[in-house]
Amino acid sequence: MISQSGSGNLLLEVRGLTKYFTQRRGLFSLRAQPVRAVDGVSLKVQRRETLGVVGESGCGKTTLGRCILRLIEPTSGEVLFEGINILTLGSTEMRRHWRNMQMVFQNPFSSLNPRLNVLRLVSEPLRTHTDLRADALSARVVELLERVGLKREHLFRYPHEFSGGQCQRIAVARALALNPKLLILDEPTSAVDVSVQAQILNLLQELQREFNLTYLFISHNLSVVQHISERIAVMYLGKVVELSKSETIFGGALHPYTEALLSSTPIPDPDVKKERIILEGGVPSPINPPPGCRFHPRCPRVMPLCSKAEPVLIDVGNGHLVACHRYEGPA
Amino acid sequence: MSELLVSVENLHIRFRTYAGQVHAVNGVNLDIRRGEVFGLVGETGCGKTVTGLSLLRLVPHPGEIVAGRITFDGQDILSLSEQEMRDIRGARIAMIFQDPAASLNPVFSVGEQIEMVIRQHQAVTRRVARQRTLEMLETVGLPDPPQIARTYPHELSGGMQQRVMIALALASNASLLIADEPTTALDVTIQAQILTLLTQLKESRGLSILLVTHNMGVVAGTCDRVAVLYVGHVVERGRTRDIFKEMKHPYTQGLLAAIPKPGSHGKPLPAISGSVPSGLDVIPGCPFEPRCSYAMQVCRQSPPPLVCVGREHYVACHLFVKGGSK
Repeated sequence: MISQSGSGNLLLEVRGLTKYFTQRRGLFSLRAQPVRAVDGVSLKVQRRETLGVVGESGCGKTTLGRCILRLIEPTSGEVLFEGINILTLGSTEMRRHWRNMQMVFQNPFSSLNPRLNVLRLVSEPLRTHTDLRADALSARVVELLERVGLKREHLFRYPHEFSGGQCQRIAVARALALNPKLLILDEPTSAVDVSVQAQILNLLQELQREFNLTYLFISHNLSVVQHISERIAVMYLGKVVELSKSETIFGGALHPYTEALLSSTPIPDPDVKKERIILEGGVPSPINPPPGCRFHPRCPRVMPLCSKAEPVLIDVGNGHLVACHRYEGPA
Repeated sequence: MSELLVSVENLHIRFRTYAGQVHAVNGVNLDIRRGEVFGLVGETGCGKTVTGLSLLRLVPHPGEIVAGRITFDGQDILSLSEQEMRDIRGARIAMIFQDPAASLNPVFSVGEQIEMVIRQHQAVTRRVARQRTLEMLETVGLPDPPQIARTYPHELSGGMQQRVMIALALASNASLLIADEPTTALDVTIQAQILTLLTQLKESRGLSILLVTHNMGVVAGTCDRVAVLYVGHVVERGRTRDIFKEMKHPYTQGLLAAIPKPGSHGKPLPAISGSVPSGLDVIPGCPFEPRCSYAMQVCRQSPPPLVCVGREHYVACHLFVKGGSK
């Protein structure tokens, strides 16, 4: 279903994206140590596919999402949307461009302005980017609400009157208002219960088929990500360490961090006796990442080379990318 | 010494809010044995946290226990004086919470806090307290205990803070640990570390743990027995294996089916229709009836009794009442 041919099918390409946050260290610091939140990420997303981005806190996945949407300005790299590097666009063009890509955020309560009712919330993008007003505008909003499983009677209610799941539906309706091609979803179901999560995931899949949407699905929850994504990118400390099809990640993950992540993910089945790979220690700070491979201090399969040289993301066959010295063939 | 450490019988807890009375816990029955991990699982608002708090008589205002009996190690918790409760809290029953940073005092070092707890409940010298503190820090797997003892909570990561919480909780040799969503705020690899630690403590110290969680995966991997709560009612209770492999209650089935698993890719998840009721209305029949695909006439009219469907396996559902239609 996903064609790999030509750039016609390639919706989004990210090349060498970095985002460093500089911080002041006192009045007398001569050199500010930056937080290397995203440190050289490249990936491609085909039309109508869902690419999952998974990793734990501090891996840079949220920052990556915001950089791709240009909600924050990347430090370097390129973001090509349908072949155009959006990072070079001026403000007017960028504004026009935002019709094509939208975002759904994690916390449904804080991403909706509590002082605006549902009509104002969902119509805001329409007011900003189109000429729709009055009845035509309301009609479009009602159409969107009904598509996400809400009703006309919800139009004049405020966010606090809704449950988390309903708020998330409002956020999705708002994101779809301008018929975008790309939707970046940043942990859209992390703040809701399992049964509500199932409803929202089903809704997202239906909407994707109906509106030919492309999704970048960011989450720390591997089970959710494998369910909704065709391909998954695993991030650690600002870099992609593995990228492959969903089934391959689950059936044949190569990177030791991915293996640890998989083995730590609780499965609701008491019979699954997993060889629990318990990692030592915690994630190091992105201000001072370990030398060589960033994962080497915690890696159960570390080699001497790992602390000296950083592994590069290489294709080990079938589009399966891994950044690990153990998979580098003979030089 | 009996095998039974905690017994909760017919517990009812109400919250008086300006919107009305919220029936948070409705006739909960459960028991916890020595040296076992008992899971209390359910979604938001099911009453699991409040049930845990009631064991320590820490139900927050405007909530109150309006009926029921709670027995701990032979003692009737609800009839004890406040002084007697203080001797139990932190000493014989300990609790850890979801956000360790919020439970640790930011102006005292980690070592000082643990020492304070030890000296509160045991008549020992500072030197002995300090020694025990270092032992506890080592027991919970923290590297370089003397160094950790000198740090302040904000200098530690979430996982390390949670280990400190566990050390604090165990400093006085409690026999029951109530863990309320202890790993929800932690990354999955750190969660695995903490759950492994809790299991080790159960095995090495005979510690009983009441694990309150919404995560069925955590239950499957860590709990010996489990009770599934829905709107303050126990809908199913039993050994973990039976609950997952022989689950009977439609809500339990719905909950498990809704979880994405390897292999569920691309297919719609069977979601439970509707949403959880608010708890404001008194429900005459089964609380799950409006959302249940097996609902019968009797379900709307009378509350389902707890029926035994296997060894130690109980279900509150009219489908399993003998003589009833199935």
